[in-house]
Amino acid sequence: MGIVQIAIVILVLLLLVKPLGTYLYLVFRNEPGGTDKWFSWAERPIFALIGLKERRGMSWKGYALSFLLTNIILVGAGYAILRFQQVLPWNPNGIENMESTLSLNTMISFMTNTNLQHYSGESGLSYFSQMAVIMMMMFTSAATGLCVAIAFIRAVTTKGATVGNFFEDFVKAMTRVFIPAAFLIAMLLVALQVPQTLKPTMSVTTLSGSEQQIAVGPVAALESIKHLGTNGGGHMGANSAHPFENPSPLTNVIEILCMWSLGAALPYTFGLFAKSRKQGWIVFSVMMTLFIGFLSLNYAAESSGNPALNRLGIDSSQGSMEGKEVRFGIPQSSLFTTVTTAATTGSVNNMHDTLTPLGGITPLALMMLNSVFGGKGVGLMNMLMYAILAVFLAGLMVGRTPEFLGRKIEAKEMKLIAVVILVHPFIILAPTALALMTNAGQSGITNAGFHGISQVLYEYTSSAANNGSGFEGLADNTPFWNVTTGLVMLLGRYISMIALLAVGGSLSRKQRVPETPGTFRTDNGLFAGILIAVVLIIGALTFLPVLVLGPVAEHLTIR
Amino acid sequence: MNNPKQRLMTKAMVGQALKDSVVKLNPVLMLKNPVMFVVEAGTIVVLLMMLFPSYFGTESSIGFNLTVFLILLFTLLFANFAEAMAEGRGKAQADSLKQSKKEMTANKVTEGGGVTAVPSTELRKGDIVIVSQGEMIPGDGEVIAGLASVDESAITGESAPVIKEAGGDFSSVTGGTRVVSDTIKIRITSDPGESFLDRMISLVEGASRQKTPNEIALNTLLTVLTLIFLIVVVTLAPIAKYLGIELSVPVLISLLVCLIPTTIGGLLSAIGIAGMDRVTRFNVLAMSGKAVEAAGDINTMILDKTGTITFGNRMASRFIPVGGEPLASVAQWAAVSSLLDETPEGRSVLELMKREGYAFDEETASGGECIEFKAETRMSGMDLKDGRKVRKGAVDAVKAWVQAQGGEIPADLIPSSDAIATEGGTPLAVAVDDRLYGLIYLKDTVKPGMKERFEQLRRMGIKTIMCTGDNPLTAATIAREAGVDDFIAESKPEDKIAVIRREQAEGKLVAMTGDGTNDAPALAQADVGLAMNSGTVAAKEAANMVDLDSDPSKIIEVVAIGKQLLMTRGALTTFSVANDVAKYFAIIPAMFTAAIPSMGALNVMGLGSPMSAILSELIFNAIIIPVLIPLAMKGVSYKPMSSSKLLQRNVLVYGLGGVIVPFVGIKLIDMIVHLWI
Repeated sequence: MGIVQIAIVILVLLLLVKPLGTYLYLVFRNEPGGTDKWFSWAERPIFALIGLKERRGMSWKGYALSFLLTNIILVGAGYAILRFQQVLPWNPNGIENMESTLSLNTMISFMTNTNLQHYSGESGLSYFSQMAVIMMMMFTSAATGLCVAIAFIRAVTTKGATVGNFFEDFVKAMTRVFIPAAFLIAMLLVALQVPQTLKPTMSVTTLSGSEQQIAVGPVAALESIKHLGTNGGGHMGANSAHPFENPSPLTNVIEILCMWSLGAALPYTFGLFAKSRKQGWIVFSVMMTLFIGFLSLNYAAESSGNPALNRLGIDSSQGSMEGKEVRFGIPQSSLFTTVTTAATTGSVNNMHDTLTPLGGITPLALMMLNSVFGGKGVGLMNMLMYAILAVFLAGLMVGRTPEFLGRKIEAKEMKLIAVVILVHPFIILAPTALALMTNAGQSGITNAGFHGISQVLYEYTSSAANNGSGFEGLADNTPFWNVTTGLVMLLGRYISMIALLAVGGSLSRKQRVPETPGTFRTDNGLFAGILIAVVLIIGALTFLPVLVLGPVAEHLTIR
Repeated sequence: MNNPKQRLMTKAMVGQALKDSVVKLNPVLMLKNPVMFVVEAGTIVVLLMMLFPSYFGTESSIGFNLTVFLILLFTLLFANFAEAMAEGRGKAQADSLKQSKKEMTANKVTEGGGVTAVPSTELRKGDIVIVSQGEMIPGDGEVIAGLASVDESAITGESAPVIKEAGGDFSSVTGGTRVVSDTIKIRITSDPGESFLDRMISLVEGASRQKTPNEIALNTLLTVLTLIFLIVVVTLAPIAKYLGIELSVPVLISLLVCLIPTTIGGLLSAIGIAGMDRVTRFNVLAMSGKAVEAAGDINTMILDKTGTITFGNRMASRFIPVGGEPLASVAQWAAVSSLLDETPEGRSVLELMKREGYAFDEETASGGECIEFKAETRMSGMDLKDGRKVRKGAVDAVKAWVQAQGGEIPADLIPSSDAIATEGGTPLAVAVDDRLYGLIYLKDTVKPGMKERFEQLRRMGIKTIMCTGDNPLTAATIAREAGVDDFIAESKPEDKIAVIRREQAEGKLVAMTGDGTNDAPALAQADVGLAMNSGTVAAKEAANMVDLDSDPSKIIEVVAIGKQLLMTRGALTTFSVANDVAKYFAIIPAMFTAAIPSMGALNVMGLGSPMSAILSELIFNAIIIPVLIPLAMKGVSYKPMSSSKLLQRNVLVYGLGGVIVPFVGIKLIDMIVHLWI
């Protein structure tokens, strides 16, 4: 029955890929017609206001500079609000100003689409901060990621020195994608009992006569963009496990599809830009294959229960329900966990700290790969980077200078890609080792031994992949964790984005090599297989030793 | 030197290579290969720990450290040996070239017009020298006066002397070749150390080898993989320490060495050198490794018809009687007229006659006097001893000759000869005294095997364009027979450039061959230009490869070598990276089983003990290098086929093989090593 539930959700996703992918293509291909007739009335005043008269194409450098500057300005504004939220409006609960390293961490976390939360929403943020900082950032960081990915797609598929106009893309991503979608989903969630209010926390007297504080707020609005933008930062500390954020299995499926569908549609959009839908489907199928593999691992591990408890003779027919919500059960929890880490959303509907050791490998591994669907755009960019690596190896093996989509992969591209594939393990493993060596780091660990390694590793992997889900259980609101995770999030987001944009910029200027029977094809099953192997060998083997010391050792000792 | 059967390695070469592999341990030399440099650094650390155990507190593991040190040292030596072997093979070839580059004296023409003897090493570009019969040509140059036959066997291996004369397409001479007759005046065109021979020597020795773009890209990938594994290993120690597991430095170094791509890292330069060597072995002199690699990428090949696709000389293909003469008599007289004709056309007439089953009367023909072809008469033939005169030649010439003797000209002569001409053939008339017997249909013949070659090229995705001065009709006939994809008829040198530009504008890489001075611009424009050594200096300078045998069809082999070079790199990289899967399964459980006994479950290979597992893995890692040296030198086998099939095959062999081989290899080595540990 569980498998049928999962299969239905995957089927719905498959049906969404083509229409959504086509829609994104129509929005961003920058040709008159298409979606203009519905949206240009709203955009014209915006373009006039920001003085964007002629939307001239930018070089990759111009594009990178534009998105960086935009992000820096947004971070500055958000930081100021968090530091003075006490005196700002819409603070019915009298929340205090946020501490400086925590504010910094929070700003980086939301700007980088990570949404790692070292604070708890109910007690740490005013409603104004929730809406003006958190939600604003959720929109802008998602739009930034989407824009950069579109620019990258344009660069690798079209010829010319420009990759599009960032400001135009950014506005379009808002007006044509995120705002309408977020509005619709928020309405749908409200209809399904998710609260949306500016009233203060409610005090109620329970049946047993005790006083209980029930946190409410503009939850539905945040919930929709949280998933659409693969942000993941919850309104409540308990995130999507909280009954107000995610009240029923139906809202659970809606949230899963929200965070998954845009990321899953992008390969199709890429195929349309590349004028080869088959190419898009091949990338998609590679992602899906890896996804199903890791989902199966998690589902199998969780359904068979905790080996230590099983040995005690405790009934495990329900699977390992520790840290999971009864209303979701194993299948809905397992699928959510896999999707939220594949799509680097980071919202959780069950506590990843209490996943079985083997089940815990799934979220870790997906974040380490950071290319299986991935967050807004970044996943596709990373997968295309692996594709370029695969093309490099395979291209040499057919005796030609490797080429991808008709463009030669040469030393310059390899150097930039080298930076990307080097940074990711570095910003995960180095701080993990540092945290495990120092008191400042060790003091945050709440479970010693193998599980402690998993906790630390998870925190940095989540930061590096800009996922933001917490393993929880880690006491992470200290200057050490705030600063180190902050840095990891920054490096994890921007280095790869800029380097890959540069790869795109370099490829776009190249002369296209025409296709002949001697050309090595990247749109068939053979290439899909090679790509999977490259992702696993280059992306995952790096982390094998540390995974062995964390979850694998934990599993072997409790089985 | 053109000896394809030359052995892969000789005893002397191996001896020298062994010596060189020790010399190459010099860390400064190692730096250019980051992968092996990391191995060397690790080796030194283990050496120090072995030499000063009390300082490092490693007294208890001296034996293990010694073993690790030795295996690492051999890993380095093996890698060095691979490179030294490749260089050694190049050197052997260079040495044979150097023999022809002995110090010699040149007769330099001074400004005053006198002649002074100077050592050839002092000749500069622009100097003029005189070379007489029996003397060596002191340097590359151009004949500016005179005509001489030159023995170029030192360079080409071809023993027949060639004629060199001032002006025209046969004016270039190569240093180190010998004048066998007459005297020529030569303008030197290269400074010392830059001549053909010099460049060839330094290229095959690997001295002036620059990394090609593909090599740089691959090196980047290998370096970054090395760095990634360095991060993995360095961070593993503190992470393990958190669990209370102390990993010793030699074990960590072993892990590092096993994970970084040492197999390809150790063989990479050998592959490059051997690739150049293969080209040189084909008697093609490539100006750079880049040119060879570019050859592998070629999309379009422009070939001259004459000499490349066809024999260039016309062959008799049919006898056509005129005026009601029997076919047999045409064949007979045509054969008689060609009996003493040593030209290929003449030979082909005799062959055709035999093929068609005719014969001539030996008695009539014997003792006749040969009449050679002359430009004035445009006829050749034989004056028989019975007084009859047999002639074959240009139709109008023979016609005039027959008429002059009062003979009748059959009415169907002209229509028949015109028909041949419009089909692209050349008609020759055959006559005996005043009687005209018929025509020989001479036809340009496609070289045997060319059709198959073009078919192969098509499968490799290479388009062939034939260039010819012939009219479109003739060109189309030959193009169809040879199976080329496209042709340019009545082509002028400018047309070639135009075609090259057109193809390049579409993003294609173009290769062409040429020899004349007017080919030079096109050779320069092409991505791969193969000039004939018999061609002019201008053509050779514009090209990036020179074929010393002057066989234009060799460009096809060069393409295959270029592809093979890239494939060998790709295949060994894939193999090296795929090896890591098995290596992890061997070393990870070995490292942790002592501290975490349940980790033994990961020991899927059932290796004897942690120590033997680590050592076996290191040994495997070391010996795989010498095992693969022959492959690196010969290159992976390449048969023209579509890229998909090729990839499928290579992925299966080197990718899947790379995953499986180490599982088997490490297990086998462990079974032996475990006998002691």
